[in-house]
Amino acid sequence: MSTVSAAAEISDRFGAFGGQYVPETLIPALDALTEAYADAMRDPAFTKSLHDALTHYAGRPSPLSDAPRWSEKIGAPIWLKREDLNHTGAHKINNALAQGLLAQRMGKKRIIAETGAGQHGVATATVCARLGLECVVYMGEEDMRRQTLNVFRMRMMGATVVAVTSGTRTLKDATSEAIRDWVGTCEESYYIIGSVVGPAPYPRMVRDFQAIIGTEARAQMLERAGALPRTVVACVGGGSNAIGIFHAFVGDKNVELVGVEAAGHGLDTPQHAASLSKGRPGVLHGAMSYLLQDEHGQIHPAHSISAGLDYPGVGPEHSHLRDSGRATYVSITDDQALRAFHMLARLEGVIPALETAHAIAWIDANAGRWKSDEPVLLCVSGRGDKDVAQVAETRILTE
Amino acid sequence: MLNERFSSLRAAGRRALVCYVTAGHPDRARSLELIRGLEDAGADVLEIGVPFSDPVADGPVIQSSSQTALEQGMTLDGALELIAEAKLRIPVVLFSYLNPIIAAGPDVLVRAKRAGVSGVLVTDLPVGADPEREAWFGAGPLDFVRLVAPTTPRDRMELIAKHGRGFVYLISRLGVTGMQAELAKSLPASIETLRSVCSLPICVGFGISTPEQAKTVGALADGIVVGSAIVQAAGRSVNEAVVLTRSLRAALDEVK
Repeated sequence: MSTVSAAAEISDRFGAFGGQYVPETLIPALDALTEAYADAMRDPAFTKSLHDALTHYAGRPSPLSDAPRWSEKIGAPIWLKREDLNHTGAHKINNALAQGLLAQRMGKKRIIAETGAGQHGVATATVCARLGLECVVYMGEEDMRRQTLNVFRMRMMGATVVAVTSGTRTLKDATSEAIRDWVGTCEESYYIIGSVVGPAPYPRMVRDFQAIIGTEARAQMLERAGALPRTVVACVGGGSNAIGIFHAFVGDKNVELVGVEAAGHGLDTPQHAASLSKGRPGVLHGAMSYLLQDEHGQIHPAHSISAGLDYPGVGPEHSHLRDSGRATYVSITDDQALRAFHMLARLEGVIPALETAHAIAWIDANAGRWKSDEPVLLCVSGRGDKDVAQVAETRILTE
Repeated sequence: MLNERFSSLRAAGRRALVCYVTAGHPDRARSLELIRGLEDAGADVLEIGVPFSDPVADGPVIQSSSQTALEQGMTLDGALELIAEAKLRIPVVLFSYLNPIIAAGPDVLVRAKRAGVSGVLVTDLPVGADPEREAWFGAGPLDFVRLVAPTTPRDRMELIAKHGRGFVYLISRLGVTGMQAELAKSLPASIETLRSVCSLPICVGFGISTPEQAKTVGALADGIVVGSAIVQAAGRSVNEAVVLTRSLRAALDEVK
């Protein structure tokens, strides 16, 4: 074990962002994780078991679908990277499977996770059932109300879902509660963080586990479209599906990367979740990154119709991609996302997650922006079954 | 001022009683009454907590006191005003998460010193996590107090001892702040290891709430930190917190 935590070294930052701002108790656990992760990735037996699980259990590679009717509307070919078709219905399984296998390799028997929309909670519960590990998922009370179906799914697979009643009762507070659990149980528990957030090594490790989205999509684009995309678009809450699809394209200088944040009721109101557009750098949940906060450094509650984007922070690598100019971050309101949700269902027979609907809405709002030979690649991060009941309550259904 | 306090305690063969309160809890007026009352009840050092919206190292009692204080508009500068107004004779350590300190601007440590603060302790800035910012704390006018956890290996303890000032805060057990029926079995060994690499006074906190526990830990360490128990008592009445503090003082003074 190193004297100064290996993960705290400059290489585990993304420019000025990231780091390991945690209580001292967790430093040895993070050091052990950093080492175990590096060791696992060098072990062909581990990478093979991960590859096998992704292929034969999660259903990878996920397809790349064309979207003929929507493409006609936009005036450019749109391609859909179908993470919604993975087992459990979202990209979250890529990371949960990998970290679950890592936890098993480290000899941990108890898994902790936080969840917002419930997709990461479901993915984690799924992996724990398969690997025979105890699973405790922290979920905000408000999110449990919004995402009842996912709560049932987690419980069906044997997970304990703990309602978090502090603060805003959403993802932020669920994450804090999961960290508190880990501070008390780090010797026997493994914390599977669901996004590219948290202290090092999590942002980089989760990025690596999600990078398969972009690796596959890049090869599929070259094969199917015969070209790289002009623009890659993904929604950003914590930002794991976005980093996952961006990563393979970062070196392709002509490929534009666009992350879409939740503008909630609008960026001119206090009710949004656009940390990169409206926040400023600060420290939350172990990392330096853009945050929604007041002038005194208190975290400002986020708002989004989509529980998965309802988070006042963002992964540190996104903060770096923003400041370096390599990626562009835009935002979409609740109403725009709801309209896009219906639009894609009707035009393409794909019901997207409300999170993904934000990315769809941005492309839709920019019809005519691309030439007919400039393909656009969208990460369909998850499917919308979980959102149908919530969407049915809104007025837009009647249109 | 922390050094003087600990030297005089050592000379007198006494153990330090470090008391934690959340600034602005239960409200501003009673918070002021409370910190003055704790000084009179025999506290040697006061840790004044800056309330934070997302206190990941804290259990339910301090979480709730932080939320109460924030709802009434308490801020880091509000805490400094409170400290200045209290005009205490004992040293004050500002206890904060990093984000409110960053937000308070580059001259915040100087403002804190002016308000009468002697030391600063940051829950989520472990040794080596951010050398540039740690250097800023180290070069400032306050003693930068560092924490050691039960999971901290010996070589990190050495590093923490080297970078720490004032005293070292040893966390007694795994987990967040809060009262416990029993002390961790590993505590004597942790104190012994830390003592072998560290010449600073060692104060033990987390989970200490009763006079019996104070006495037990006081026999092993240079001082104890009591937080949640005082905060919980203060939520009922300032007097209850003062009475508890007097009983802790009396128990510690039985340690020879």
